[in-house]
Amino acid sequence: MEKYEKFSGIVAPLDRANIDTDQIIPKQFLKSIKRTGFGPNLFDEWRYLDEGLPEQDCSGRPLNKEFVLNQERYSGSSVMVARKNFGCGSSREHAPWALTDFGFKAVIAPSFADIFFNNSFKNGLLPIVLSEEIVDELFRGVFEAEGYSLEVDLANQVVNTRGGKSIPFDVDPFRKHCLLEGLDDIGITLEDTDAIKAFESKHEAAAPWVFNVIKAESAIK
Amino acid sequence: MTGKTLYDKLWEAHLVKQRDDGTALIYIDRHLIHEVTSPQAFEGLRIANRKPWRLDTNIATPDHNVPTTDRSVGIEDPVARIQVQALDDNCDEFGILEYKMNDPRQGVLHVVGPEQGAALPGMTIVCGDSHTATHGAFGALAHGIGTSEVEHVLATQCLIQKKMKNMLIRINGNVGSGVTAKDIVLAIIAKIGTAGGTGYAIEFAGEAIEALSVEGRMTVCNMAIEGGARAGMVAVDDTTVDYFKGRTFAPKGELWDQAVVSWRTFYTDEDAVFDAIVELEGADIIPQVSWGTSPEMVVAIDQTLPDPESETDPVKAEGMRRAYQYMDLKPGMTMGDVVPDRVFIGSCTNSRIEDLRSAAEVAKGRKVDAKVLQALVVPGSGLVKTQAEEEGLDKIFIDAGFEWREPGCSMCLAMNADKLGDGEHCASTSNRNFEGRQGYGGRTHLVSPAMAAAAAVSGRFVDVRELLANN
Ligand code: SF4
Repeated sequence: MEKYEKFSGIVAPLDRANIDTDQIIPKQFLKSIKRTGFGPNLFDEWRYLDEGLPEQDCSGRPLNKEFVLNQERYSGSSVMVARKNFGCGSSREHAPWALTDFGFKAVIAPSFADIFFNNSFKNGLLPIVLSEEIVDELFRGVFEAEGYSLEVDLANQVVNTRGGKSIPFDVDPFRKHCLLEGLDDIGITLEDTDAIKAFESKHEAAAPWVFNVIKAESAIK
Repeated sequence: MTGKTLYDKLWEAHLVKQRDDGTALIYIDRHLIHEVTSPQAFEGLRIANRKPWRLDTNIATPDHNVPTTDRSVGIEDPVARIQVQALDDNCDEFGILEYKMNDPRQGVLHVVGPEQGAALPGMTIVCGDSHTATHGAFGALAHGIGTSEVEHVLATQCLIQKKMKNMLIRINGNVGSGVTAKDIVLAIIAKIGTAGGTGYAIEFAGEAIEALSVEGRMTVCNMAIEGGARAGMVAVDDTTVDYFKGRTFAPKGELWDQAVVSWRTFYTDEDAVFDAIVELEGADIIPQVSWGTSPEMVVAIDQTLPDPESETDPVKAEGMRRAYQYMDLKPGMTMGDVVPDRVFIGSCTNSRIEDLRSAAEVAKGRKVDAKVLQALVVPGSGLVKTQAEEEGLDKIFIDAGFEWREPGCSMCLAMNADKLGDGEHCASTSNRNFEGRQGYGGRTHLVSPAMAAAAAVSGRFVDVRELLANN
């Protein structure tokens, strides 16, 4: 994963609560066996007027002009603001893949669903929790000023407005570290191989029925 | 020292290492794998040249994409075919047990895991699917994970976790007859909201939960995620232990006795403290139906649909207005005014044998109403299907005008050919009523299997208890 650097980006306002991952990336696109290429189908049902099909070229599809991501003023946006419980529903990691593939690097909301929140960090997408009041304020700012942008500074845990306001946010230190350094979780966990092995032997002694029962049938001779 | 909750005990029994930064390494006992969220994880292993940590922990089956009609000819949809083939190839390459599409044991993973005894009490169980919470029904710590975590579990047998908070949801007293596990969980979500459980592990308890079978408890825990909680669970009791006896991967002989002693420790101590407690009265719960596009938009069958103008939270009111528009319904209507164009009985929430029995009880001797275009019954697994056929349930459904299908996720998320048309309403036993979930422009109403069958034979949503009274 790339290191997560400080950046400044246009903000797209998605003024809805409970945006679910079925909306972020509808199921017909989950048939892909790749991690990339989901951007054109991000929010497919809201973005286009027709029904999207997997592996279809989206460039000629009729656009829903009202939808935020189709409005000229938000083109090139990399920060999204939304309402509470963003990313609820299915655990599909295709949701953060679609958001990052489209170009988003951060989503700001008053709250996120747990699984989406977790998946985002693993894909270079920073979910930022800010209070309802501040989110309200950001929505107002975005609606008022064309080209409204925010600077996201993960190292210092602040979002900076162009008006010079610095809004602090919380982030889990481990996740922050992994994002900033572009680290792979698996590599970090494998540094604890000895601890895992030690736990495993103890666990097997206490609960032997958990081990050695499931086998691929090709392996059963 | 205060006592421990069920969740505390499961957590501690699997804690490999507590790190200074507040995260912990948690050992995973079972990993269930399906075709949609795993291909990128296997690819990741290959790229990094890593091997699975253990093989005897994984079990796979394709369920999301598979057709539910005749499968002897394979999958017609080329994109779906590639994905199912990728699962087959990955399992073969790495040596992972998979019930392939035409295996009689194939089915929806969350039905297959417990049915085989692959998922057992006291275990940590994960799957790249948010409905993994289902397995909490038997005193396990089970939750959904994303694809990066699927890869992480394959490679390390662990997950990096932060301990969640404890929430107790207690149903005082039992529910009346004709009221099912599905009605209980819909009533719970209506009460706590779709984010009510965010950050919590929920334990369901109380007389109404104790009175449920393990299958009913699975229905309740299955939808913990619709209440925002990654994990839902119920303590181990005699019902739990009896359920697992004799299952394929359940321990046998002396090992069984040893396991039962261990499983019986998985309950909440009397003096344990919860961070939040929610109580509902069983007697107040009657059959439920969702009217909107979020699982919290639920009414009891005798209620009128709520008015957004009397909702004080403006964000919520706006969500309701959108839902009314999408669903083409109006405040003040009752669900009895709504005609289900299609009926779907299936999904990991409600496709086990008891679900099919309860729908069949309503369908028996009746006919699917002429206004209903299609009524599908999709058993949760090949074994459920066989059992239902042995009991003659298939005949009851077919005689009544339902279609009797092969196992899979089917119309729950419409990745295969089973889907709603634009604007169609569906009485569905699944778990999500999001916009477009069951097909582009489709309108889902979540109900129990008995309520779905009642809607099918009545041509509108009705209180199933009235039909049952005439049986
Ligand atoms: S039945 Fe529905 S909810 Fe359950 S695993 Fe399949 S798609 Fe997901």
